[in-house]
Amino acid sequence: MDVKSGLFYIFSALMLFAAFRVITARNPVHAALFLVFAFFQAAGIWILLKAEFLGIALVLVYVGAVMVLFLFVVMMLDINLDSVRQGFWKHFPLAAGFGAIIILQMSAVLMGGFHISEEVKNSNTAQAVGAVVQANNTKDLGVLLYTKYLYPLEIAAVILLVAIIAAIALTLRQRKDSKHTDPGDQVRIKSRDRMEVIKMTATQPFVVEAPMAEVVAGEEKKA
Amino acid sequence: MTVTLSHYLVLGAMLFALSIIGIFLNRKNIIVLLMAIELMLLAVNTNFVAFSHYLGDMHGQIFVFFILTVAAAESAIGLAILVLLFRNKSNINVDELDTLKG
Repeated sequence: MDVKSGLFYIFSALMLFAAFRVITARNPVHAALFLVFAFFQAAGIWILLKAEFLGIALVLVYVGAVMVLFLFVVMMLDINLDSVRQGFWKHFPLAAGFGAIIILQMSAVLMGGFHISEEVKNSNTAQAVGAVVQANNTKDLGVLLYTKYLYPLEIAAVILLVAIIAAIALTLRQRKDSKHTDPGDQVRIKSRDRMEVIKMTATQPFVVEAPMAEVVAGEEKKA
Repeated sequence: MTVTLSHYLVLGAMLFALSIIGIFLNRKNIIVLLMAIELMLLAVNTNFVAFSHYLGDMHGQIFVFFILTVAAAESAIGLAILVLLFRNKSNINVDELDTLKG
């Protein structure tokens, strides 16, 4: 068994363990951290398959951005763990049944087929476009992306833009209890609304109020 | 014993089955449901990369690139909806999501 096979088995075992812990972890924060671990192992496996760019992109984009977002949301929400875990083992027989069926079906398909004949492999590697040249995975991917798949790349960019706008628009809110200015009102205001000129006489005669004087006189009598 | 394509495909199948089991087990916890969906996409992507390597064809990796893009957008919007849900209902119980009476 060479080094590559050994690495494959180590990465696979760790990834399956991490995936198992993701679905059984009691605390969602632990589940998210195990998912990060699973993504790291998957990146290792992809690099074993000579897909370096995608392996690094998985670590950068998924671990660096998406999983941080997950952790952020999980920690921000106040989750009642007991109510969330309620009925966990009730569904276990159904889940185990479905899992067994899927594993049986897939292994039935995989054991029977997918012995890729050498001629297919050779004919594909002989093609100029789309062939995996062992030299530079990133360059090959880039050349394909920016020539043949240029329009899908633009559509992917638009999808990301839509996701940004949707996420901001969904979570944006204005607090009721905070004081804020309305820029629309500020722009629309006229100068006559800002200042009001009141007419009044320049001097007024000084009048001593009679009831006040009586109170003062009464207090002096008591003293 | 060298690693063949079938090894990678079986790995993808096991990961996919584990995430299906996770979806059934964590029915109430919508956060772990989202994580199980991410695991499923990871299994599918692993299959794509394995086929791309063993068939000597680059287009599988292009597809993985686009799947990663769409998955990132999906999880961002999903988490935004989750935050909105928690703000309105003060919990994230899946059973109480019956406002639409569906």
